Amino acid sequence: MKKLLTAAASIALVSALSVSAMAADKLKVGFIYIGPPGDHGWTYQHDQGRQAIDARLGDQVETVFVENVPEGPDAERTITRLARQGAGLIFTTSFGYMDPTLKVAAKFPDVKFEHATGYKRADNVSTYSSRFYEGRYVIGQIAAKTSKSGVAGYIGSFPIPEVVRGINAFLLGAQTVNPDFKLKVVWVNSWFDPGREADAAKVLISQGADIITQHTDSTAAVQVAEEQGVHAFGQASDMAAFAPNALLTSIIDNWSDYYIARTQAVLDGTWVSTDTFGGMDANMVNMGPFINMPADVKAMAEATAAAIKAGELHPFTGPVYKQDGSLAAAEGEVVDLGSLLGMDWYVQGVDDQL
Amino acid sequence: MQLILEKRPQASSLMNFLSPVLAIALTVLMGGLIFAAMGKPPLSALYIYFIDPLTSWWSIEEVLVKAGPLVLIGVGLAVCFKANVWNIGAEGQLTAGALMGAIVPIMLAEWQGPLALLAMLLLGALGGALFAFIPAWLKTRFGVNEILTSLMLVYIAQLLLDWMVRGPWKDPDGYNFPKSVSFDGWHLLPMWGDGRMHLGLVIALVAALVLFWLMRHTLKGFEISVVGSAPKAGAFAGFSQTKMVWFCFAVSGGLAGLAGIIEVAGPIGQLQPHISPNYGFTAIIVAFLGRLNPIGVIFAGILLAISYIGGEGVQIELGVSDKTTQVFQGMLLFFILTCDTLILYRLKWVSSKTKNVSAGETL
Amino acid sequence: MSPYEAILLTIITASTPLLLAAIGELVVERSGVLNLGIEGMMVMGAVCGFAAAHVSGSAWLGVIAAIVAGIAMSLLFGLLTQTLITNQVATGLSITLLGLGLSGLIGSGFVGLPGVQLANVSIPWLSDLPYVGRLIFGQDPLVYISIALTVAVAYVLSRTRIGLIIRAVGQSHDSAHALGYRVVAVRYACIAFGGATSGLAGAYLSLVYTPQWIENMTAGRGWIALALVVFSTWLPGRLAAGAYLFGGVWILGLYAQAMGMGIPSQLLSSLPYVVTIVALVIISTNRRLSVINTPASLGQGFVPDR
Repeated sequence: MKKLLTAAASIALVSALSVSAMAADKLKVGFIYIGPPGDHGWTYQHDQGRQAIDARLGDQVETVFVENVPEGPDAERTITRLARQGAGLIFTTSFGYMDPTLKVAAKFPDVKFEHATGYKRADNVSTYSSRFYEGRYVIGQIAAKTSKSGVAGYIGSFPIPEVVRGINAFLLGAQTVNPDFKLKVVWVNSWFDPGREADAAKVLISQGADIITQHTDSTAAVQVAEEQGVHAFGQASDMAAFAPNALLTSIIDNWSDYYIARTQAVLDGTWVSTDTFGGMDANMVNMGPFINMPADVKAMAEATAAAIKAGELHPFTGPVYKQDGSLAAAEGEVVDLGSLLGMDWYVQGVDDQL
Repeated sequence: MQLILEKRPQASSLMNFLSPVLAIALTVLMGGLIFAAMGKPPLSALYIYFIDPLTSWWSIEEVLVKAGPLVLIGVGLAVCFKANVWNIGAEGQLTAGALMGAIVPIMLAEWQGPLALLAMLLLGALGGALFAFIPAWLKTRFGVNEILTSLMLVYIAQLLLDWMVRGPWKDPDGYNFPKSVSFDGWHLLPMWGDGRMHLGLVIALVAALVLFWLMRHTLKGFEISVVGSAPKAGAFAGFSQTKMVWFCFAVSGGLAGLAGIIEVAGPIGQLQPHISPNYGFTAIIVAFLGRLNPIGVIFAGILLAISYIGGEGVQIELGVSDKTTQVFQGMLLFFILTCDTLILYRLKWVSSKTKNVSAGETL
Repeated sequence: MSPYEAILLTIITASTPLLLAAIGELVVERSGVLNLGIEGMMVMGAVCGFAAAHVSGSAWLGVIAAIVAGIAMSLLFGLLTQTLITNQVATGLSITLLGLGLSGLIGSGFVGLPGVQLANVSIPWLSDLPYVGRLIFGQDPLVYISIALTVAVAYVLSRTRIGLIIRAVGQSHDSAHALGYRVVAVRYACIAFGGATSGLAGAYLSLVYTPQWIENMTAGRGWIALALVVFSTWLPGRLAAGAYLFGGVWILGLYAQAMGMGIPSQLLSSLPYVVTIVALVIISTNRRLSVINTPASLGQGFVPDR
């Protein structure tokens, strides 16, 4: 019996060692996910980016990921673990990983870190985020053109600047088509609770909204829109499969180009700490196919998206008025980057208070 | 033939020792089968899961860091459950403790020094205890079931924390993201090792030893056992059920609150919407796994911590879903409960005929 | 559809899974057993229901699979608590853990796939009636099943011999045993019934509410169902009222937000829990209400003296 156990243990040991030894010569790229890769939203798109690295650089790179890492004391350990196991580049893909990422980065000066949506950097910590609000501006225009009731419903997760920015951009876009366009907002206090997202969508529809858009991660809201015969937009990934008749378009997060570029930079030895806030111009925000809409609406949306991509149009170009009537950006000016990053006010016309 | 349980004349001391060992062995066996079913090499998976976390100082430190709050909350709950008081809401008391303790670094930021840290810890324990007094009061005053009220209060505490860090306690320089200022100086626990081991681990150990002594050598401990196992006998002996409820909620709530402020002032270093990966709920398993004995809880906490660290390991090394950790923990609790039965009962085969006659069952 | 109709429809959808899970637990507790594993049985029902419906293309097969999954989990609970006399609180918790974990493993291949929706019943003419048509005659079938189950449980518990036996077993298992009733068998049956309705509640989530599979999609609803049982003082009629009240508070919180009333959303989100606690206090204070129906041997294992 004892012999058997020893034998079993040594087999286990050898195979465990061989697992870690395998990756010694390749660059190891680690990912920390806040949710499961199958959420069809935020984490799903990051995982698409990881797979893109595998596809493009698979012969020089090996990727690993850890899913469902809570934003608390565990995050620091998980990041450390990836660094200790020889990862040369680590992407931490949620805001709450900011301080843990910096703490670990200080201990591993040779490892490169990339933190999504944060604002603290170091010599070996870059930050990156997307100008999702550019897509929001486009769908706002589509919404105002398509809506019969002139009211849209917006399902928010948490009132953080990124979400507030999206709400404002959506309404600013809508107001270029219909200055009286109304926006109702419901916060569900969760990134991911399909039941509650569906409830919120139904409530908004019954209050007269015939356009539903959401800044949460599940596909529940677009499914409700499909069922109730109103229109909706996909968030983070193309959600057309869940609402073939209701969906107008999707705002798609595209991390692949960025991830491949950063990985290549580490391989080439040219990686330096940067702050990226890329939009359509950097191919980090894409619009899905424009469907279920008349040709003129489609043409308008394409034109707007093209103008944003070319840098000719900034969604937050003045005059922008805050909800309380004060001026946020005068005619011809653009709301400054600081206010955009820390946005905690609504533009005029939002039917909600922060 | 039918398998029945027969009560042992006295609890088997051999089984008392063997039961957790047997449970762990069964879990490992089932775990190996599950890994094999998923097409993963079972032996190396089990090695990474259970042994690998103990093969480097770094991961041993991490196991201890993870076990700390589980033990601290678990020993409080063990006393509670022993007395038949069902506090399921330690997660909420943890949150309340973190909020109360954070008054010092956030509202009295200028106050530095050892006393400030002490005040934080005491306020944390107080916050947890006060929050636990809500279900205690509802139970003793109105007879409301404490399982449900303590559980409902978890959600309320978490929403309160959420509101605080998005509103009044938001870091003014934090671009309106939901987190408080970062604590510094004496508002953080002393750390050592790889910078993750902290004073809270010592506190957890001390708490476990004190409660062990209390349960084993004091009248209070005797009272808890009596009230828990035989309420009528307890009442006859003059032990007050009401006082017992207050005592249990004070201890378990206070320790959970302490765990909350320790996490915030230790590994996290600031308030944020999520401060605990369900420590308060996992501690319930820890308490049972430790067989409601404070020393047992220490080992149970470490075992569960290993399962977390190891679960993360198989995820990275073998690409196994993080759900396996939950399955393992569920199975472990399952088997420990099953094996515990063998302490009090023995299994016996009887033919169904004799049983029917002897029990006189009709219907 | 008028706004008030829409509100009521939404409330009914939000309340039905709670009612389904709770009505089974009510029977379980009436027989003297406390099963805290609702969440685990529910989430297993959700994943198995979704998987079966997706593979077969039939939503009804999904419903059946969900029921089977719920029963299987509950029998595991029964085996431990009834045959091996383990602590019911701890066993229930382990069922929840196991269910959440296993469902994640089983469902990993089904995440993000479009589901099969259980079609609404639509009675010709009647469902076109103004105001009440859709509300009464145009719901999904599980809504009717939940109401039928509530009525049936109420009838069986209060008016039949089976109900009498269940209550006797829950009131005092020793006396019931002395009278010759097979305590353990009765409890097994009740536990299985509870598993079936919890599985059904899970199916409601993955086949009707949001027809897709998502990890942890029960999102704590099993615990709410548990609270509702105590809230109801173990009476089916009150249970249904409680479920709809809870769903109502839940949905009206969202309404208050959509109206732009400027109340912190965290406060509105916590309202259902506050209401539950207050309701529990009111009910518990009224001794006449609670004590009569409380199963006296709730949560205690039964070992016949052999």
